Amino acid sequence: MNLASYGHCLRGVVSRELLRFVHQRSRFVAALVRPLVWLFVFAAGFRMALGVAMTEPYQTYVLYEVYIVPGLVGMIQLFNGMQSSLSMVYDREMGSMRVLLVSPFPRWFLLVSKLLAGTLVSIVQVYVFLAIAYLYGVQAPLAGYVLVLPALVVTGFMVGALGMLLSTFVRQLENFAGIMNFVIFPMFFLSSALYPLWRIREGSYLVYQIAALNPFTYAVEMIRFAMYERFHAVASSISLVTALVLLGLAILAYNPARGMMARKGGGGE
Amino acid sequence: MPFLIGRSASRARHLGRSAIGPASLGLLLGAALVVWPTLALAERVFVSNEKDNTVSVIDGETLEVVETIKVGRRPRAMAFSSDGSELFVAVGDDEAIDMVDLESLKVVRTLSSGEDPEVIRVDPNRPYVYVSNEDDNIVSVLDYQQRRLVTEIPVGVEPEGVGISPDGKWLIATTETSNMAHIVDLETMEAVHHRLMGARPRHAEFTADGSEAWVSAEVGATVSIIDMQETFDVSHTIRFDVPGVPRETVQAVGVALTSDGRYGFVALGPSNRVAVIDQQSYEVLDYLLVGQRVWHLALNADESRLYTTNGVSGDVTVIDVGDLEAIRSIPVGRFPWGVVVEP
Repeated sequence: MNLASYGHCLRGVVSRELLRFVHQRSRFVAALVRPLVWLFVFAAGFRMALGVAMTEPYQTYVLYEVYIVPGLVGMIQLFNGMQSSLSMVYDREMGSMRVLLVSPFPRWFLLVSKLLAGTLVSIVQVYVFLAIAYLYGVQAPLAGYVLVLPALVVTGFMVGALGMLLSTFVRQLENFAGIMNFVIFPMFFLSSALYPLWRIREGSYLVYQIAALNPFTYAVEMIRFAMYERFHAVASSISLVTALVLLGLAILAYNPARGMMARKGGGGE
Repeated sequence: MPFLIGRSASRARHLGRSAIGPASLGLLLGAALVVWPTLALAERVFVSNEKDNTVSVIDGETLEVVETIKVGRRPRAMAFSSDGSELFVAVGDDEAIDMVDLESLKVVRTLSSGEDPEVIRVDPNRPYVYVSNEDDNIVSVLDYQQRRLVTEIPVGVEPEGVGISPDGKWLIATTETSNMAHIVDLETMEAVHHRLMGARPRHAEFTADGSEAWVSAEVGATVSIIDMQETFDVSHTIRFDVPGVPRETVQAVGVALTSDGRYGFVALGPSNRVAVIDQQSYEVLDYLLVGQRVWHLALNADESRLYTTNGVSGDVTVIDVGDLEAIRSIPVGRFPWGVVVEP
């Protein structure tokens, strides 16, 4: 197998994911409506009209709708990552996972390709959302829209790998609701997506400590800083390391000999 | 502006002291030549911190506090002497005006001002400073060169804002309890017109051509435009309504007017907003979010920036006048009150 065949395989996995995304228009609309409802309804009703106090990376006071946008970007990627995990459970049930995993390419490559595909889809969703937010008046510096791209890739891999790992625990599609309740909501609400950490600390020290341990907090801060042309070394490192660890665990879990698949009786039941 | 050049020279000397050896002298000289114009252009912003008894000095280039000057108790309004060599700071609890030398940034003289001086203005033609003495219901006129009281002008109850026309012909004193603007002829030093304003008038500012005076009312949340050419009456009243903000938090205080006649800016107190107004149509164009309890405003020399003091959050917000956008908030001392930018 040469590099070209790897490329061919990658193209196949990515184009399948993109095709699936394009054909599921309702999924695209849902992926956009969710953060937009938060932006237009939640942030508007909860405007903090007197401004969110000065907090890094903002150089001055901002309205709540400006503060919440990086968190909503993270939310898009989080939902998309979980959606991918849902599709992997579906693939396993339908048997297409077996087709993928019996290919001659190494398992890690197939899984990384799958993650890359999911990340690409989430990035498309993020940029459409950011464009709408821009027209609504939430405008970051133009360079920030380019600088945020690496942060989106890291976040996409992080939440995608998490979804992949979780998919090994989920036997049936119906269990996805459990993932929603026990993964997406706590990760999103117990992070700095909706309120700055110092604000959470004022409310509850315990919640603050949980939020400070939540890797999603760091992904959101990495995105927030990148959008405002700043590099948050700590947040970026934590996000990247978390992404790599989760990816490693997911690859391990998908190993029929050792991982969760072995315990459940194979990768494509 | 000789003091500006002197200041640049002293900074250049400071650069020279940090040289490592003679070999780098040439390099340093070259660098100094490149840096020179930037330094000469750098403006200084002075902010009085009411609770800290200090004046913070912000570098207009780096937007950082570079110096903190110790002054008397409760510093509020500030003004530059007409020759630009000194900064006057009204220190209310000391019943005096501290005079800060702009070279050394130290209080070099103190002028007794009468009870509780709050707002001060400098006469453009004579070495006079006008001081509102809240408790005495007068505006004191002091000669800061001869250090003597020239006269006292009786006005209404609790004088607060003082505005002076660019030609030095008129002075407006606003009185908080009388709710009036008293128009004083500076030739005779007598109040010749008295006009009713919104509740608790706070600040008076003349347009660059002197044809109008804008008087803000804190409780009334209005700005009254006084025609200073013929009638001396209120020709228009601007009202404010910040969406999503309780009405009682909207309090009009500081006013700044661009000299090109384009914009008027009004600080709206605890609503944390600065209103942007079309100076010709009096239409409110926008409300810009700044720090908490915005009090006074100052434009820089080329009017590209507006500085606001935010009393409760203890910072200064910098607004880009071209983009009408808040670009930075700089922490200063406790309860920043007044702001002036070196002319």
